[in-house]
Amino acid sequence: MNLPLSAVESPALGVKDLHKSFGPIEVLKGISLDAREGEVVSILGSSGSGKSTFLRCINMLETPDSGSVTVGNETIKMVPARHGKSKPADIAQVDRVRSRLGMVFQSFNLWTHKTILENVIEAPVHVQKRPRKECIEEAEALLAKVGIADKRNQYPSHLSGGQQQRAAIARALAMRPDVMLFDEPTSALDPELVGEVLRVMRSLAEEGRTMLIVTHEMGFARDVSSRVIFLHKGLVEEDGSPKDVFENSRSDRFRQFIKG
Amino acid sequence: MDWEFTQETFVSLVSALPLTLSLAATAIALGAILALALALARTSGILVLDWFARAYVFVFRGTPLLVQIFLIYYGLSQFPAVRHSIFWPVLRDAYWCAVMALSLNTAAYASEIIRGGLLSVPHGQVEAARACGMPRLMVFRRIVLPLAIRQALPGYGNEMISMIKATSLASIITIMEVTGVAARIISETYRAIEVFVVAGFIYLAINFLLTRLVQLVEFKLSPHLRQPENAAQMAIAGDAR
Repeated sequence: MNLPLSAVESPALGVKDLHKSFGPIEVLKGISLDAREGEVVSILGSSGSGKSTFLRCINMLETPDSGSVTVGNETIKMVPARHGKSKPADIAQVDRVRSRLGMVFQSFNLWTHKTILENVIEAPVHVQKRPRKECIEEAEALLAKVGIADKRNQYPSHLSGGQQQRAAIARALAMRPDVMLFDEPTSALDPELVGEVLRVMRSLAEEGRTMLIVTHEMGFARDVSSRVIFLHKGLVEEDGSPKDVFENSRSDRFRQFIKG
Repeated sequence: MDWEFTQETFVSLVSALPLTLSLAATAIALGAILALALALARTSGILVLDWFARAYVFVFRGTPLLVQIFLIYYGLSQFPAVRHSIFWPVLRDAYWCAVMALSLNTAAYASEIIRGGLLSVPHGQVEAARACGMPRLMVFRRIVLPLAIRQALPGYGNEMISMIKATSLASIITIMEVTGVAARIISETYRAIEVFVVAGFIYLAINFLLTRLVQLVEFKLSPHLRQPENAAQMAIAGDAR
């Protein structure tokens, strides 16, 4: 490939100095993160540490008070808003950046009135305006990959939680995103269904996809991710390889956290 | 009851049916558009629009439809400005006055039904759409509105039935729809029972068909609320055993 060196080296996702408050509570106190292409970053933290908010700020489902988000080479333009906060300057740009980020939610959020296949082709056909036939073929391949090809014509309410979450992963993948964002993807699942979703995520990691995963699955974070970040009270407390963080953490809080 | 007279009455009243249906259909269609606009104004978060919609609903839901018909038919013509405006050819016509009153009235009720539907759409459904990069209008058109309609349909069915029956009030301002013709026949024959029984039967028949139609649409729109076909068949097979 003839990409210029700078393009190869620039991170897949860059987050700089993100701040976010809800009323008087400051949830994010300045978080930065660069994720290289192919990096699998697990974000750990006790509840209230701001990890979900951080993820939701990246695709602007929550508007950060300040800071910047860059996906590939596109930085979301922010302008000053009321009370010293910021807001996106251009909604169309936000929509464009969002379509490069695949989001998987804790509660799946599949569209209940559409079949599994319709869920998966919705964004490719209507947002990205790709040919329907091509999208259907790709969607079927994705559904086969996550192991629910036989459910294509069923509605989300007819599927188990684990199947719904795998369908939601297929839906996110169908946009051919540069980065996948997972917001506690297994927290709403019965224990016996967690494994099937983690297996799919592991296979994505092995393919070299760039992933940010907010999770409580310690085993998964340790075995699958290339990097672990521990958030505490809105700040990055630990950041390193799973081996470094899990075995040689200098943070008392992190040791406390993994002890449970 | 005089059977022959009843049959004659039936034939006369059925000939007025197209007018009743056209009043109801036009009012429901125009009312639906206005209702959607009001529901959007009410949920827009823009204070001026919100309060306008609230005031509108308060006035048109809080006053009798008959009073509204009278005010539009007799009231508006009192103003020279109305008589000399381009709307006069429409407003001088009793039919359009009735359509207008019915539309404005049904819009008030229907806007609340639609608003309930809009509010029932789970936030996660909208977030998933936004996270895909869908523009706001597309989120509304492809996700919010289809889900809201499914939720609002039973209530909206009730409102349509009300409208069918409310068209009978148009007879007061000289419109010869089913009730208007019935009243004329009674004034000519003094036989109230047969005529009103036939008129009531006609309304009953329309509403019977309407409720079936609403049920059918409801069924078509909600496959996701039913058991999948093979599962349903398995359940039946299980019962048989």
